[in-house]
Amino acid sequence: MKDHDDILVKVEGLSKKFCKDLKTSLWYGVKDLISNVRGNQHERLLRPKEFWAVKDVSFEVRRGECLGLIGHNGAGKSTLLKILNGLIMPDAGKVTIRGRVGALIELGVGFNPILSGRENIYNNGAILGFSRKEIDAKLEAIIAFAELEEFIDMPVQHYSSGMKVRLGFAVAAQMEPDVLIIDEVLAVGDLGFVLKCFKTIDNILPKTAVIFVSHSMPMVNRMCNQIILMDRGNSIFQGDDVAKAIDLYYMRFANNESGILFDDQSVVVEHVKILNARKYSHGISQLNWNDSLCINVKFQLLDLKEMPWVILLLFDKEQRPVAYLKQIELVKEDLQRDNYLNFKIIHEKINLSKGIYTVDLLICKAYTKEPYIRIKSALSFQVLHQEDVWPTFFLPTTYENINLD
Amino acid sequence: MALETRVYQKENRLHFGKLLKASLHDIYASRFLSKQLAIRDISAQYRQSYLGILWAFITPLVTALVWILLKNSGTVRLSPTGIPYPVYAFAGTLIWSIITDSINAPMASTNSAKGLLTKLNFPKEALVISGIYKLLFNSAIKVLLLVVFVFAFGIGFHWSLLLFPFILLGAVLIGTAIGLFITPFGMLYKDIGKLISFGLTFLMYVTPVVYAIPKDGVMKMVMTYNPLTPIILTTRDFVTGQHPEHLSYFLVVMGCCIPLFVIGLVFYRLSIPIIVER
Repeated sequence: MKDHDDILVKVEGLSKKFCKDLKTSLWYGVKDLISNVRGNQHERLLRPKEFWAVKDVSFEVRRGECLGLIGHNGAGKSTLLKILNGLIMPDAGKVTIRGRVGALIELGVGFNPILSGRENIYNNGAILGFSRKEIDAKLEAIIAFAELEEFIDMPVQHYSSGMKVRLGFAVAAQMEPDVLIIDEVLAVGDLGFVLKCFKTIDNILPKTAVIFVSHSMPMVNRMCNQIILMDRGNSIFQGDDVAKAIDLYYMRFANNESGILFDDQSVVVEHVKILNARKYSHGISQLNWNDSLCINVKFQLLDLKEMPWVILLLFDKEQRPVAYLKQIELVKEDLQRDNYLNFKIIHEKINLSKGIYTVDLLICKAYTKEPYIRIKSALSFQVLHQEDVWPTFFLPTTYENINLD
Repeated sequence: MALETRVYQKENRLHFGKLLKASLHDIYASRFLSKQLAIRDISAQYRQSYLGILWAFITPLVTALVWILLKNSGTVRLSPTGIPYPVYAFAGTLIWSIITDSINAPMASTNSAKGLLTKLNFPKEALVISGIYKLLFNSAIKVLLLVVFVFAFGIGFHWSLLLFPFILLGAVLIGTAIGLFITPFGMLYKDIGKLISFGLTFLMYVTPVVYAIPKDGVMKMVMTYNPLTPIILTTRDFVTGQHPEHLSYFLVVMGCCIPLFVIGLVFYRLSIPIIVER
């Protein structure tokens, strides 16, 4: 059912500018007020101290589709959502939205702290566009969903932040929108509730066009079938290759956080590098899946009496630890001239799934693992594979038939 | 199934009629929301206070008392008013407080809903309407007190007293219309709010709130042309059953207030996105 009628959100050449300076911004506000009344027909150009927060973005979302918007902070995602939600007007371009719009941008706005949860359900519902009858009918479901039966007549100011979010989502979840806008609202709340929220969203997804903003790539990967990567207001990648956009997104964060976390001056690290890289891209060594990983470490002992251990730790692009390479227990015989140590650490057949990984280097005292030096992201490498999977490991398998009798 | 279609683009094709229609439609569609907002604010306002509703008439009562004191002690000499002075002063300050409240109401409601405005899309007109509800609620209490005054000072019942609610509605409409024009600027610059409260204090003295229009002089001219004068005078005349001298000017002002209110609504609707943006 991919006919024209099913395009619920259509954005054409959308741009929006913002001002960096408050005083100037206010003055432009007054000018805009007046020029609005006169019906401003001119093309909008940047005035001094202004910049494009969103520049020339176009896309379409159909019913049943989910568009992910990713990009680092300040890339223009939230501005775009505000325009889609009709809160601010674009400076150029056009947005056409068909059907009822639901926005999960911030939950529980408009709650009055002095009033009880029950009274606030009516207020919040009214703001979201329900009539009294609709709320009366849904009240029990809302309270049950929020799991607040016990506290529903307590003033909201005594709720925990998690309870407020639960109540907010419970009300918002009763909307049956044609277009749903979600902006990183589900970060709060305990795991059980987050899962519940996703179940709800999964249920309404087939009937809805969803626009989803998140910094959590696993969630984006799970939900979206279209993606836009934004940077400084521009869409720099757009399409249905979600995995590629996510790679690009991580690429922008690679390489920027290498550093010495601890150093007691007893060793000097000369270098840490990959010996068997197939090629390089943006200064990152690339390996094929199932290659061996061969890392050369060279360092000098300054005033160390005993031989240290060397440990490598692998982290994925979200800085989650994924592997501990078994420690190298150096012995006196490894020492070379001038107290130098130079060796390679080999891990055969790297079975990590496609993606970028960073390596922490830890040189420490034997057994107690008391550190001499610890280098964060001493190097990074990329594993290449045609298959794109989300779990960290992509393990080879074989199969054999088992006879029935 | 026909889906409602919304288009957001650079506002280059302004159409007054269309905007007004959309505005009125939103007012109708959001009637539950405006009521709910008003109930929310009124009940929250009084839940945390013991004197509660009393605060609504303490201000006009105190202003009136000050003037009664000033007059009785002979500190100020005022021209005769024709009715017992306490009723005159109280009716004046009360109507004045309703007008000033209604001028401030749109800005106050918009300001308190600022968090809401930047997060959710809802009919903004609901804020204006809920402001009017709140005003009418507060005014109704004050009016009750005024009626008590009227009988206590032996003025008694007049048929024109029944017209009072309509005039009150007019006063609220005029105040709100003025407020609607000020709100967008006041939301951008805090100075506007200060200027308004300062200006209103001054304006009170060139309006026959606590004293009658003098027989001659500059004050007479200023007061006669002041568009707020007929509202105060006519309302007071209706309450006390006197002959309304300024009735025609009053009707002119009332006649202007409807289109003014409508233009104010459209202007308000146009300017909200700009306020949200800043």
